[in-house]
Parts: sequence; C-alpha cells; structure tokens
Amino acid sequence: MIKITDLTKVFTSKNQNLTVLNKINIKIEDGDIFGIIGMSGAGKSTLIRCINLLEKPTSGSIEIDGVDITKKSGKQLLQLRKKIGMIFQNFNLLMQKNVRKNIAFGLEIIPVKDFVIEGMSKEDYSTLSYFKKRRFKKDEIKRRVDELLTLVDLKEKEFNYPAQLSGGQRQRVAIARALATKPSVLLCDEATSALDSLTTKSILKLLKKINEETKVTIIVITHEMNVVQEICNKVVVLDKSEVVASGSTQEVFSNESSEITQRTTHRYFS
Amino acid sequence: MNLLKLLKGLPIGILAEISRKGGIHPMPVVNKILGIFINIGRSIPYIILLVAVIPVTRLIVGTTIGPKAATVSLIISATPFIARLIENSLRELDGGVIEAAKAMGASDTQIVFKVMLPEALPSIVMGISLATITLVGYTAMAGAIGAGGLGHIAISYGYHRYETDIMMITIVLLIIIVQLIQSLGQKLSKLLDRRRKGEN
Repeated sequence: MIKITDLTKVFTSKNQNLTVLNKINIKIEDGDIFGIIGMSGAGKSTLIRCINLLEKPTSGSIEIDGVDITKKSGKQLLQLRKKIGMIFQNFNLLMQKNVRKNIAFGLEIIPVKDFVIEGMSKEDYSTLSYFKKRRFKKDEIKRRVDELLTLVDLKEKEFNYPAQLSGGQRQRVAIARALATKPSVLLCDEATSALDSLTTKSILKLLKKINEETKVTIIVITHEMNVVQEICNKVVVLDKSEVVASGSTQEVFSNESSEITQRTTHRYFS
Repeated sequence: MNLLKLLKGLPIGILAEISRKGGIHPMPVVNKILGIFINIGRSIPYIILLVAVIPVTRLIVGTTIGPKAATVSLIISATPFIARLIENSLRELDGGVIEAAKAMGASDTQIVFKVMLPEALPSIVMGISLATITLVGYTAMAGAIGAGGLGHIAISYGYHRYETDIMMITIVLLIIIVQLIQSLGQKLSKLLDRRRKGEN
C-alpha cells in the first residue's frame, strides 16, 4: 500500500516560491490501477516523481508498505528505486543498445539479492553470503529477457535498435525494461500521450494484462480521460496543485453533485 | 602514444559534466574550478604556451628541444580542449535516458559508464578526431622548437632555405593527413551509431 500524507512540494527560485503540490493526500492499495488526472501544470509529473524520489518532497510523507521513503538516501534510495518501475512519455530507451540489451539493463546493474523471487524470502538471500554481491549470470539474464519479450510480444524484434521500432513497440520495450526486476509498483508518466489512439489501446490492454497477471500496482498519470476510464479502478483529479476529487473511476466521473469535479472534468473533457 | 595521452581529458570532461548544476552529481565548487582551469588552458594560443612552459618542460623532461619536450606542452594544451569536447558530447545526451536509468536505481558510476559514455560514443569519436586534427596543427608548430616532424621540415627547409617546393609538399601532406583522420573519424562514428533506421 502506498499512503501519501500532506505531500507538499515547493520549487524555490531566486525570488519566488512556486507551490507545485499542496498537501496531497492519496491512498493506493496493492494491485490498484490508480489514475492521476489533471491538466499540464497541475503538478502530476512532480507527484509521480516524488514516489521514486526523483523529486524530493518539501514536506509530508510517502509510506510504501508502512515505511516512509522520503527520508531515504544513498544506497537505500537506489534499493528503493529498484522496486519501483517507471515508464515515460518519450520512452527514454538507450538508443545505442538493442531491444534485448535495453530490457536487460535493470538486471545488469543490480546484485541478485535485490531481486525478489516468489517463494524465497529476503532472509533466504541475505543468509547466503554468496548472493550478497553476485550479479546475474548471462544465462539468467537471457531467460528473464526471453520471458519479458514474450510478455510484451516483441520476440521478433529482439535484436533491433529502438530507432527501428514504432512508438508502440518502443513503449513495449520500456514496459519490459521496467518490469525486468519484478517491481511492486509501476509508474506511468503520460505513457500513452505520444501514441495514436489504436496504439494507446493496445498499450493499455498490455498494462491491464500485466496488472492482472503479476498484481503489480500501476500508477498512471495522464491528461486523457479515456485512458483513466479504460484501465483505472480509482482516480484522483489534480487541479492547481491540489486534489479536487477522488474515488473510484465511476464515482468521480458520474458524480454530478461535486461542482468542482464537474468543472475540472468538464474543462478538458468536453 | 600521443593519442593515448589525449584520453587524459576524458575523466576531466566527465567530471565537468556531472558536477554542473543539473548534472547527475552537482558539485558547484568543483565545477567552477574545472571551468576556470579548462578556460585558462583554452585561452592561451598554442605557440605562446609552447614557449611559456619551457621551464616546466625542462623540469619534467630535462630538455627543451626535441619530440619529448614538445609532448609536455601538447598535453597541457590538449587536455582542457578534449575535456571540453567530451563535456559537450555528454551534455547533448537526452536527459530522459539518464532519468530513466536513475529511476531504475542506477548509481552515478553506473550512469556514467553504462549510459552516458555508450550513448555519447559516436559523438565522442567525432570529438576525438577533431582533437587529433588540431593536434596535427600543434605538432607542426612544435616543429619550430625542434620537435621534428613535418613542421620542422616546413620551417627549416621551406621557410629558412626558401625551398618553396618542399613547403608545398609538406602542406599537401598535412592536408592529406587531416583528410584521412577526418573521414576515418566520420566513418567510425557512423558505424558506431545505432540511431539509424532500417538496418542492423
């Protein structure tokens, strides 16, 4: 579970303070596909970057499974980030590496002990000092990459470079790369905003399938209402640095009583 | 041999890039000092530096003439130049890729060696061929203090003895050398670059 409490982020420049997030409170259950919707400038990109501490919150707390992550730094921070996958609007793939190498990146940079495998508790690993510094072997990486290539349906493109792929295929590579280390949370930063509607649909379908199969919590930020309606079970509406509506997707979008929801949803969805 | 010495600029260039404001490991003071150092090195014309560092040269290699002596000034002059080239190559990188690596929990060292350098490699190769060409020019100047080579031939035969044909030949040779380095660098850079479409 991810519990965000009174999260505030203020950007300070020479002579002015800009409050990007103002006392945000959000609760995300395990296995949710959680939507955060808002117009550009609403603060959603900053919010999602706070969850893996690419941005450091000014105040407030973010608890993941009961542990406040905002105080983490150094090695602990790197450790945390390995448990949280992220995909981006512009895919951000390594352009000089082929599909396989891109997917393998996360596995190459971490010791085996940071990798959670079902049926083996963390203690099992730490008692085996052998595992402490051991990196993945080539064939172990190969096996995992094969699994992921099948998952995102890119087997026939494994030796291509990102420049040779379409936008949808690139995002599939990015999804596989983010999932390689079996994270418990997947952050999607406008992941479909650079794609056409048909490709968007197929990517959303893939995310839904992954969520059902692996129970990974998915947090989606977007400005497109159809994305939220398509896959999210819960949603918050972010407007001018504040949460103005939250609840199940159905509730939020059908709630006539809430004037602000209507106004916000109306403003960019009609 | 000299080509390897070029690489002294590499770590300085990397440090300059990661330590800047907005880099992956901001260190404002280090960055400032590096910047000043690089700018000083870049602002002194080589022919003047060549003469100015003579005492240093004597201290290090014991002599002020010959190829060995020329190497000292060459390194002093080339290192900041190459550092700046490397820094520029790294700065051109798409920040998103670095952010993605960060999000995956890569350490600063991993980001430098597994992301920044490989991604910038084609551009770094172009930078190094540019630096090599500049150094060809420098070595020709170093010929003036008896470092030997084409510069020496051009000056002592072509200029001091008015043998215009020898002067011409050295010029043609220099042009050929520069052309070779340039096209070799371009070929290599293109070969290494995977951002092309349609081929493996």
